Amino acid sequence: MAENDDNLTSTAVVETEEVLAPGHTYRSVSDRISDMVLTWPVGYKWAAGLALAVAMLIVLHLALAVVFTIGVGVWGINIPVGWGFAITNFVWWIGIGHAGTLISAFLLLMRQKWRTSINRFAEAMTIFAVACAGLFPLAHMGRPWLFYWLLPYPDTMGVWPQFRSPLVWDVFAVSTYLTVSLVFWYTGLIPDLATLRDRAKKRATKIIYGIVSLGWRGSAEHWKRYEMCSLLLAGLSTPLVVSVHTVVSFDFTIAILPGWHSTIFPPYFVAGAIYSGFAMVLTLAIPLRRYYHLEDFVTMKHLDFMGKVMLATGLVVAYSYVMEAFMAFYSGSPYDRYMMMNRMTGPYAKVFWTLIFCNLVGPQALWFSKIRRHPWVLFAVSLVVQTGMWLERLVIIITSLHRDFLPSNWGMFYPTRWDYMTFIGTLGLFFTLFYLFIRFLPMIAIHELRDLVHKTEHEKAAAH
Amino acid sequence: MSDLKSQATSPDLVNINPEPDSARQRFWRSVEEREGTAAFLEAVAPEFPQGEVPKTALNRRDLLKLMGASAGLAGITACTKLPAQKIVPYVRQPEEFVPGIPLFFATAMPFNGVGRGLLVESHLGRPTKAEGNPGHPGSLGATDVFGQASVLTLYSPDRAQIPTHLGKVATWEEFIEDLGDHLVDERSSGGKGLRILTGTITSPTLADQIQGLLTDFPQAHWHQYEPCGRDAAREGARLAFGQYVTAVYRLDKADVVVSLDSDFMFGEPGSIRYARDFADCRRLTYPGATSNRLYAAESTPTITGSLADHRLQVRSSAVEALARALAAAVGVAGSGSAEPPAGVSADWLAGVVNDLKAHRGTGLVVTGDHQPPAVHALVHAINQALGNAGQTVVYTAPVEANAIDEMKSLKDLVAAMDAGQVRTLILMGVNPVYSAPADVPFLAAMQKVDFRVHLGLFVDETAAQCHWQVPEAHYLEAWGDVRAYDGTASVIQPLIAPIYNGKSALEMVAVLRGQTYASGHDLVRDYWQRQASGGHLNAGANFEDFWETSLNNGTIEGTTFPVKQVSASVGAIPAAPRPLASDAVELVLRPSTSLWDGSFAHNAWLLELPQPFTKLTWDNALLVSPGTAARLGFKREDMVKVQVDGREITAPVFILPGQTPNSITLHLGYGRTVAGGAGTGVGVNAYLIRTSATPWILTGVQFSKTGTTHHLVTTQNNHLIEQNGQLHEEESDAAFDRRVVRVGTLDDYRRNPAFAQDPPEVNTEAPSLYPNYYDYTKQQYSWGMSIDLNTCIGCNACIIACYAENNIAVVGKDEVDNGRDMQWIRVDTYFRGDLENPEAYNEVLLCQQCENAPCEYVCPVGATVHSPEGLNLMVYNRCVGTRYCSNNCPYKVRRFNFKLYSDFQTPSLFPLRNPDVTVRSRGVMEKCSYCLQRIMEAKIVAERESRSVRDGEVQTACQQTCPTRAIIFGNMNDPSSAVKKLKQQPRDYGLLRDLNTRPHTTYLARLKNPNPEIKG
Repeated sequence: MAENDDNLTSTAVVETEEVLAPGHTYRSVSDRISDMVLTWPVGYKWAAGLALAVAMLIVLHLALAVVFTIGVGVWGINIPVGWGFAITNFVWWIGIGHAGTLISAFLLLMRQKWRTSINRFAEAMTIFAVACAGLFPLAHMGRPWLFYWLLPYPDTMGVWPQFRSPLVWDVFAVSTYLTVSLVFWYTGLIPDLATLRDRAKKRATKIIYGIVSLGWRGSAEHWKRYEMCSLLLAGLSTPLVVSVHTVVSFDFTIAILPGWHSTIFPPYFVAGAIYSGFAMVLTLAIPLRRYYHLEDFVTMKHLDFMGKVMLATGLVVAYSYVMEAFMAFYSGSPYDRYMMMNRMTGPYAKVFWTLIFCNLVGPQALWFSKIRRHPWVLFAVSLVVQTGMWLERLVIIITSLHRDFLPSNWGMFYPTRWDYMTFIGTLGLFFTLFYLFIRFLPMIAIHELRDLVHKTEHEKAAAH
Repeated sequence: MSDLKSQATSPDLVNINPEPDSARQRFWRSVEEREGTAAFLEAVAPEFPQGEVPKTALNRRDLLKLMGASAGLAGITACTKLPAQKIVPYVRQPEEFVPGIPLFFATAMPFNGVGRGLLVESHLGRPTKAEGNPGHPGSLGATDVFGQASVLTLYSPDRAQIPTHLGKVATWEEFIEDLGDHLVDERSSGGKGLRILTGTITSPTLADQIQGLLTDFPQAHWHQYEPCGRDAAREGARLAFGQYVTAVYRLDKADVVVSLDSDFMFGEPGSIRYARDFADCRRLTYPGATSNRLYAAESTPTITGSLADHRLQVRSSAVEALARALAAAVGVAGSGSAEPPAGVSADWLAGVVNDLKAHRGTGLVVTGDHQPPAVHALVHAINQALGNAGQTVVYTAPVEANAIDEMKSLKDLVAAMDAGQVRTLILMGVNPVYSAPADVPFLAAMQKVDFRVHLGLFVDETAAQCHWQVPEAHYLEAWGDVRAYDGTASVIQPLIAPIYNGKSALEMVAVLRGQTYASGHDLVRDYWQRQASGGHLNAGANFEDFWETSLNNGTIEGTTFPVKQVSASVGAIPAAPRPLASDAVELVLRPSTSLWDGSFAHNAWLLELPQPFTKLTWDNALLVSPGTAARLGFKREDMVKVQVDGREITAPVFILPGQTPNSITLHLGYGRTVAGGAGTGVGVNAYLIRTSATPWILTGVQFSKTGTTHHLVTTQNNHLIEQNGQLHEEESDAAFDRRVVRVGTLDDYRRNPAFAQDPPEVNTEAPSLYPNYYDYTKQQYSWGMSIDLNTCIGCNACIIACYAENNIAVVGKDEVDNGRDMQWIRVDTYFRGDLENPEAYNEVLLCQQCENAPCEYVCPVGATVHSPEGLNLMVYNRCVGTRYCSNNCPYKVRRFNFKLYSDFQTPSLFPLRNPDVTVRSRGVMEKCSYCLQRIMEAKIVAERESRSVRDGEVQTACQQTCPTRAIIFGNMNDPSSAVKKLKQQPRDYGLLRDLNTRPHTTYLARLKNPNPEIKG
C-alpha cells in the first residue's frame, strides 16, 4: 500500500494548522493507521521501548512481592504518616486518567472534532492509568487478601462495608470508572478492529481481529446503533470526569486533618486531574507523532489546544493553591495556620516550592503560542506539570500528616527503595500496556478520521 | 538383586570355598553370597560398605533425583498416624483453679536487694502480670517499671537454661559433686579460701543461712557488692549518727520538701511509697485545698524534679556546698561555709530556708544516693535542726541484713583474689565482671581463683569467665524472703516451678552447707518458725495460721523496724572539697531509668521504653545542656571520647533541655557484651570509667569529639531552634500555643478555679447526618478516665504495665526510628521557657475514647466502632489495615502492625501473654481499649451478682500500677464515682476539645505552688 501514500510517508515534516493535514483521503488515513498494526516485523525501537517497560514491570513484581510478603512496613510510612507514596501514586494515576475520559466523552458531546485523532490513545491511557491506580489501594492495605471486605457482598455474618467511609465510595467510583471507560473504549474500537480484520493478510490475524470485532459489517444499522451507543456512553462517562476525582478528594476532605479538611478540594482535584491528564496525553502524543510520523493527524492545532486546556486548568489549580493558603490564615485556626506555614517553611518546604514551580510558574510559558506550538518545549512543560502534580499529592498527604494537632505526634516520612520501586514499577506497567496497545490496536480511531476527512471536504466544498 | 544376577559370573560350584564353621549357622540368599565371590562383594559394596564410607561427590542428576525422592517421601510422612497421646483431665480439680479465671498471689520482688510487695496474676499456673500489693507498705498497690517488667525477665528466651561446666552442658548433680570435691579441701582449712559474693542482701533467711555457712567455715568471707547500691547513704548515716541506720521518709507529713539532687520517687527502696505519699499532699481537689511544695536542686532532669515548684539547676559536685550553705542557714553547727555555690541565688536559698524554718517538723530535706556521704550527713543534721527528724523522717535499723561498705567489700575480695588467697569463689546473682568499677580489676583477679561458680539468671559477662554457671531461679520461681524499705519482711512466694530447674541463692547456700536437698520453702518457713518460737514475732499459738496469713497478705506482721532514736552531728564529715572551676565539666553517672545497673539489659520492654525527658530508646547517651553542647562544639549524635584517669569510653551526645550547664549525665547499665539477643551491644558501658573512690560524680573529665556519629532514636522529636538568641523547641512552643498542657499557679487556681477550662461546649446537639446511636449519658455505664497532671511524675510504669497487660509487641530500634513503636500509652514531655533552664511537663497520652470519634466514620469496613458504654472499640478481626483511622486521629494514639511485630516464634514467650487479649498479627491497627478485658470481667461478675459494677472494681492496668494514683478510671454515669467527681473539678480539661471529639479521657491541669519569696 506504500505506493499509494508516498507523499505521506516522507520524512520531511510538514506541520499544519488544521486538525487534519490537507490531502488525506479515506483510503490514505485507513492505510496509515492500520499499517502501523499490520506491518511486520516490529521495529527495533518499539522492541527496545517495550523491553525497557517490561524491565520496569519486573521491578513492580518484585516490589509487590516484597510488600505482600513482609507487609507495608517495607515502605517509609509510619505513625503519624500512615499514607505515603501509595496513595500519592493512586491519586496521581487516577488524575491522569481523567484527560482520556474528558477527550473521549466530554469533547464528543461538545462536538469538538479536534478530539478525533487523540481520542483513542488518550482513552487507552485512561484505562491503563486506572489499572495502575487500582493497584495502590490494594497494595497499601495491611491485609490485602481481605480487600473484598470493602465490597457489599452477601457476607454470612451480615457485615457490610461502613458506608460513611470515603474509602468505600472510592471503591465504587473507581470501579465504575474503570468499567465505563473500558466499555466505551472497546465500543469505539469495534469498527476499527473490523477494518483491521478486513485488511489483514495473515489468516491468524484475520481470525483474531475477526473475533474481537464482534461481527461488525459496517451496515447502516450498525453505524446507527454504534453512534447511539457512543453517545449514551459519552453521556455516562461525562459525569464521571467530575465525580471520580471528587470522590477521591473526599478521601482527604472528609478527614478532620488540617490540610485535608477543605471544601475546595473537589473542584481543585478535578482541575488538577485534567491538568495532569492533558500533560500525560502530550507526553505520549509528542513522541508518538514524531516516531510514527503522525504529524498529519496530531497537528499543531492539537498541541495548541491541549496547551490551552493545560493553561486553563493550571490556573484553576493555581487559584486553589492561593485560596487554600488564604483560608488557612483566614480561618483563624492555629492548626491550619501552622500547617500552611509548615508546608512553606518546614522540613518539606523544598518539595512544596518545587511543586509551586512545576504547577504554577512553569506552565505560565503556555501563554505564548510559540511555546504551545513547539512540540519538544511543550513536551518538557508536560513533564514538569506531571512532576508537579505528583508532588502536589505528596505534599497534601505528607505535610498534613506529619505535623498535626498534638506536637508530640510529629514525625517524618522518608521514602524507602520499595516506595520508589513500587512507583517506577507502575510506570513499567503503564508503558508495557501502552507499547502493546500501539502495536496491536489502532492508536488513532480510523473510522473517526475517515469521518473527519469527509467533514473537512464538505467544509472545503462549502467554502468554495 | 537383579543387578547382581547380571553382573556376577555364574558360580563355579566346584570351587566353592569350604564352609567355615561359623557360616553353618548363617542363612544365605544366593549362591554368590554363600560363596563370597569378589564379584558379589563388589556388587553389594555400595549397599553394605565395608570400612570407611567413600566420600563421593554427588553429581547434579543424582542430587536432583534424591531431592525429588525426599520431597515425595516427605509428603508420605504426613499420612503417618501420630501415636495416641492421652491427655488426662484433673480427676479432682484443684480448689479455685478455674480455667479463664486468674488467681493472684502475694509475693515480693527484690530490687537492689530491697523488697517490693507484689500481687502477681496467674493464669492456670503461669504468672502473667505483676501488680503492686495494696497491703504492702512499700507498694500500696503500685509498682514501677522494674516490677512490671520482671515477668518478661522470667520468660526471657535468653535465660540460662542448664548448668554448664567450662561452657559445656552439665547437670546439677555433676555440679554438686564437683563443688563437694572443692569444699572438702575448704572444710579442712576452715574455709580459708572460700568467698561468697552477693548483691545487697536484706533477706533474713538468706542472711541467716550465710551466717550459718560462715559458722561452718569460720575462715570464709561473705562479700556484698551492688553496683548501684546505697554505700553513700549508709556511710552518710554512719558519719552523722555513728552507726548504720536507714532513713525512712514520711512524705505524707511533709509540707515542704527540699530535694538536694535526689530522685526519691524513682529507684530508691521506698520510692513507690514516697511517690504516693508525696502525691497525696497535692491532689487539690477543691480550691481551698493545700499543696505541699517541692524544691528540687538537681543536675539532670528527673521525674521528681518534674513536679518541683522550684527547680534549681546545680551541678552534682556543687550540691555539697549547697547542703553546707543550707545547713549553716538553718543553724547546724560546724557545717562550714554558709556561702551558696555559684549559680545559686541568695534569693533562692533564703526562700528555701525561710520556708523550711516556717515548717519545722513538716519540712523535709532529702538527698540522692549518688551524692557523697558528707551530703547525707549534712541532710540528717539539717532535718534534725529543723525538728523534722522523727516527724517527716524516721530512722530505723538498717534494712540490709549486714550493712557494710560494699565498695570496700568488693575491693577486699579483689585484693584477696589477687593475692591468691581465694580458691573457691561463689558468685550469686551478681555480674561484677561487667559492673565492677574500672579501677577494681575484678576479672584479672578472679582468674586467679581455682574454682569459680556463678549462680545467675543469665549467662552474663561473669558467667562466661566462671568454671560453673548454674541457672538461678527467678523470684517468681523460688521461695525466699526480703525486707522492704522500712524493714517489713515479705515471703517471696513462687508462682511457678523453676522453668529451667534453676536454684535460688538460698538453695545454693544450703548446698554449700551440705544440705543438698533442702527446699527453699522449708528453709524460709523454718527460719520464721524459729523467729516465732524465739519470741521475735507475735505469731500466736498456731504458726501454720500465721504463716498462711503472711503468705496471703504478702507481709509478715510485726517485722517493720521500730523507729530508732539517733542524734546527728556533722563533726565527722570530711572537709569540704575544693569547688569545681565554674567552666569545668563534671560527668555524673546515674543508674539507668530503664535498665537500672544493667541487670535488666535482657528486657526488651525496658530497652524499648522511652526514657523520661529524652524519650531515648535502645541507647544511653551523654546528656548535655544545649549551652554546654554549643560551647564544646557538640551536636546531637556526635560520638565523644570521654577520658578519666587514663581510661576512656566513646559515647554519643544527646542535647537535653534542662540539663545543668557544665554537667553531663551518663546512665549506667548499657553496653553489655554478654546479654543475649536483645541487650548485647546496646549503648555504652559507663562502668569502664567508673572509679571506686568517686563512683557517681567524676571531675577532671576530658571530652573530645571523635568526628564520628551514632544514630540515636527517640519516640518524640525535639527540634531545637534559636530565636532572638533564645533556644526554643518547636514542639513545645506549639504545645503551649495550642493549650495541650495547661498550667497555673495555686493562686491562679484559687482566683479562678476554672482557669484551665475551655468555654462551655455550645450546640453539642447540633443536627447531624450521623447522630449518635446511643445517648451515652443514659446508659448504665459510660467509662471515662481522669489523669491528674499535678501528680503524674512521668515514671513510665504505666507503659510497661500496658505492655504486660495488653501483649504489646516490641519492634526494635530501627522500627522505633521509623516511627512504629507500638506503645498504647505514652508520656509526652514538653518544655516551657528558656531551654537552658526550662520547666518540663509530662503528659500521659492514651486513646481518648472520643464520643465523636474521628477514627470510626472513616473506617471502610467498620473495624472500629463505638460501644453503648462510650468505648471506642477496635475489632482486630475486621481490620484490613487502611490506616485511615490513624490518619484521622488527632491524638495519634493508634498503633499499626506495619510488619509482623508480635513474636509468634519464641516458645518461651507464649506463657507470658495475657490470654484475655488477642496477640495482634501483621496489617492490623491497635490501640488502647481502656483494658476492655478487665471491664468485661468485672461486668460478668457484677451481672452474676445482679448488681452494677462498683466504683473502683475495674482498674485499668496503667491506673493500677500508677505510684501516684494520677490515673483514675470509672463510670462517668455514676454520680458518686471517683472519676465523675474528678471530671466535675474546675480544672478538668479535655485535649483538643475544640474539635468536638468529646474525649472520655480528660486531664486535671497542672498547678504550681511557688514560693512568693523567690523571684523568677
